[in-house]
Amino acid sequence: MRIIPTLAADCTGPAEAGCWASGIASLDAALGGGLAGGRVHEVYAADADDVAAAAGFAGAVAMGMAGERAAVLWLRPQRAASRGGIVQAHGWAELGGAADRIVIGLVPDTLALLRAAIDALRGPATGAVIVEGWGALRELDLTASRRLALAAEASGVPLLLLRPEAKPVPSAARTRWQVAAAPSRALPGNAPGHPVFDITLLRQRGGPCGLGWRLEWNRDQRAFQEPALSGAVVSVPVGGSAADRASRPADPNHRRIA
Amino acid sequence: MLVARIRGALRLCAVDAHARRQGLAPGLTLADARARHPDLVVADMDEQADRDWLKRLARHCRDWSPLVTIVPPDGITLDITGVSHLFGGEAGLSSGIEDALATMRMTCRLAMAATAEAAQALARHAPLPVEDEHGAVRALPVAALGLGEEASLALRRAGLTTIGAVAARSSASIVARFGLQAVTALRRLTGEEAAPIAPLPQPAPLHFRRRFAEPTGHQATVAACFADLLREASGTLEERGLGGRRFALTLFRSDGARHRLDIETGQPTRDPALVMRLFEERIGTLADPLDPGFGYDSITLFLPVTEPLAASQPTLDGNERKTAALSDLIDRLSTRLGSERLFRLIPQDSHIPEQAQLALPAIRETVPVRWPAPLRDEPPMRPLFLFDPPHPVAVIAQVPDGPPHRFRWRRKLHEVRLYEGPERIAAEWWRRPDGHHTGAGGEQSGTAGLTRDYYRIEDVRGRRYWIFRHGLYDEKPDPRWYLHGLFA
Repeated sequence: MRIIPTLAADCTGPAEAGCWASGIASLDAALGGGLAGGRVHEVYAADADDVAAAAGFAGAVAMGMAGERAAVLWLRPQRAASRGGIVQAHGWAELGGAADRIVIGLVPDTLALLRAAIDALRGPATGAVIVEGWGALRELDLTASRRLALAAEASGVPLLLLRPEAKPVPSAARTRWQVAAAPSRALPGNAPGHPVFDITLLRQRGGPCGLGWRLEWNRDQRAFQEPALSGAVVSVPVGGSAADRASRPADPNHRRIA
Repeated sequence: MLVARIRGALRLCAVDAHARRQGLAPGLTLADARARHPDLVVADMDEQADRDWLKRLARHCRDWSPLVTIVPPDGITLDITGVSHLFGGEAGLSSGIEDALATMRMTCRLAMAATAEAAQALARHAPLPVEDEHGAVRALPVAALGLGEEASLALRRAGLTTIGAVAARSSASIVARFGLQAVTALRRLTGEEAAPIAPLPQPAPLHFRRRFAEPTGHQATVAACFADLLREASGTLEERGLGGRRFALTLFRSDGARHRLDIETGQPTRDPALVMRLFEERIGTLADPLDPGFGYDSITLFLPVTEPLAASQPTLDGNERKTAALSDLIDRLSTRLGSERLFRLIPQDSHIPEQAQLALPAIRETVPVRWPAPLRDEPPMRPLFLFDPPHPVAVIAQVPDGPPHRFRWRRKLHEVRLYEGPERIAAEWWRRPDGHHTGAGGEQSGTAGLTRDYYRIEDVRGRRYWIFRHGLYDEKPDPRWYLHGLFA
């Protein structure tokens, strides 16, 4: 049996206008009220295997910032489908997004990717834009980055720039995150639980950086929560491998069969 | 049957086949008919409704020929000159029309002849089907001339009962007795004189053209001229209450070459600025830029696809503006990237994961779909990313048909910490020609028919994967493992 933590977004301090409170007080405080809307936020994957987690984090932030009914545009290079997989509407819906409001664009090259992103950011058409830029992008220099930031500022549409397999480079982004997957809070029967991310704020324009959090995404409330909060509710730690012991609960008596 | 008040009495105007067999005919008074058959089903004649219906039928007949005309009260003439080969000859055409009308539960009498009048007369008076057109026309009764009751009676009294008999007479004597129109009608029936039919008016195609006094290669001139064309088109569209879905611009170069550019919009539009922007996008995507050479002679704009578009009234909330902005953005990106590159996802009724969604071009207007809402408080059961085809992985399981213990994917070893499963997804056996197999029979129909056991697993680092074993142990001796998807 699992108990939902009812402790939701408890944002300390006045939230800046146009900010999305993530639900973690310390995170929002470090960001000055929450993730700023109408800005560029870069999301780097910590490792090649963390790309899905980074995309999940970017998607979660995008659906949180876009809200219930606004469309989300997801721009991907064409080769991303073979490298990172095909975006699944079922999976998007199960993360809490509106699967009928997501529009996916496959672009042939980086230049087209950036142009499409700029166009999407120029108007209030979408609630959030996710752009996947794989690898080092020569075209995404400081000028292009600044252009994206200005377009986002003018329209108020946030841009989540997902950078799989890339090293951080100077940019005009408001925040830069590094995301890794983290062990989830196990469900009864040793089943994987809700997505948990280890995020590090690598850089923030005009704010503190270098901080790290472990977040669990709460789909039903479209907000992050601290996994430790709810972990205590169902902890029946028993033996197992060393890795098992390090993690939180497990209950071999209840095997969940889907 | 239908009745109307004619000459002071309610008379039958139209009777169905059943009533006709009972000996009832148009012209009989309703009182007489009731006296013979007290249980008649009677309705009032509605001529306006008949005319409207005939008009709709005639418009429907434009499927077969562009030249269609109505012959009141109950006839339609199609000019099939040069169109019958499209439908498999005259026989194919007439059977096609009969089938189409039969699906509308209409009975019809079809006849073909050299002239419109002859075809109408054959359809009304001749026994069908007509084998020998010439002979059938000559055997028609004189009423087929359409000269009115009095003239027909006079002809019959003169001993002329068929068209053939009238045609054998010298035309001078017929003119003297029945007037020139009798001879004209006769000549048209016998095919000696042809009169064009007056087809139903068709809306003029939306085709706009500008010619230049002399060839121009100046881009600004062409652009200004095109903007002018768009404004003209927009005016015409507004008059008709339409919006364009597709726009085709053709540039005619003075040396005979022509460039054609097409754009498409997701919503009907008649906003010149928007169309202009889309064309600029389209020109921007050309692999080789437009070469004006010695200049363009003329440009044309053609709108092959239009849809009704009511004048819009802006609402007070910004919602409509947002929707318009989204469709505008989709139009622009679709024009630039190609419409199949920008898509929405539509649920499919299949439990096979890679067939559970369909990507439809976002520019195509779709009915709103509802994706199944996830169960409250359940973790994601389906991955955010799916690999198609699935990636083969090397798996070590503790027991043969148990969950994976560790696996190797992309040359890295992953230690499984948590798992859930199996979620068993059977193949769609009803699609296989040889039906359902249980047990060892699965092998012979290839690997497509194998059951998959899906496990949702998480490795020690917290990465979440969707892995399946392709085949049960009783289906296949050594089933392989695949990594199918990645969870966030």
